[in-house]
Amino acid sequence: MVAFWVLAVVLLASAIWCVTAKRPVYSVVALLLHFAALAATYLTLNAEFLAVIQIIVYSGAILILFLFVIALLSSGVAPFATGPDRLPRIAIPAVALVVIALGFLTWALARTTVATPATSISTLGPAGTAGVFGSVADFGTALFTTYLLPFEVTALILMVAVIGVVLLAGDQTPYVPSKKHADDVRREMREAIVRGGDQ
Amino acid sequence: MNAMTVPLANYIALSAVIFFIGVAGVIVRRNPLIMLMSIELMFNAANLLFAAFARAWLHNAGHIFVFLVITVAAAEAAIGLAIVVTVFRSAKTVDVDDVALMKG
Repeated sequence: MVAFWVLAVVLLASAIWCVTAKRPVYSVVALLLHFAALAATYLTLNAEFLAVIQIIVYSGAILILFLFVIALLSSGVAPFATGPDRLPRIAIPAVALVVIALGFLTWALARTTVATPATSISTLGPAGTAGVFGSVADFGTALFTTYLLPFEVTALILMVAVIGVVLLAGDQTPYVPSKKHADDVRREMREAIVRGGDQ
Repeated sequence: MNAMTVPLANYIALSAVIFFIGVAGVIVRRNPLIMLMSIELMFNAANLLFAAFARAWLHNAGHIFVFLVITVAAAEAAIGLAIVVTVFRSAKTVDVDDVALMKG
């Protein structure tokens, strides 16, 4: 219970920091903190594998991608240093919308009771062994049997993403070696062969 | 240890607040990178809810779904950042209000 409240405070503070930070780099740092706290929350929910892939995929891959783009765009270009910020103009309607939505959600939550069925799976036992809730063994078995089709579809999604990224941001000019470059390469090769023959 | 020590409603409320912080970020900010990060916040709020419900029901379908969501989020982030880079190359701006070519 204590862990939940500590993690909740960290999650909320880092989320607010991420959204309100002036520079995108600080947002990335806040998001890193957020994802670390979220991984810890997954651990408290018996989802060890999710905690690991949260760290690896989100903190390790996605945030690094963000950092690369920020570094790429802000190098030597003035407008990206501070970042355009229209916060005051739209802050009041946005906050009003969020408060209304949250109020509606609280109202709906107070009216409903969430039923939790009794199941035979136990959470006791050494972590990671099959049959214990949240174990990697059960996760893998479910992923490669019951949920095999969605798993295969993610491969297609990732391939579409890769092709799309290369098409969007990749170098559009085809590789055509110039005549001078080709001549240089050929001459260097010839000289290397001649040098080798001298020895 | 079979019962959750933290009520499920706490997780739902926490996830909802994080989700709406992300919504506010997308609405308020005009920097496409921070808007993308706010979208990641919303993805993660949903993931937290999946994990909490999986724990409450002791069923690992929620974990599988979080795994798939993370995969799709990675693809989304890659394509979104590629679009940002492409727009920045051609328009020399990162303000989404200035990129109104498709507005008609």
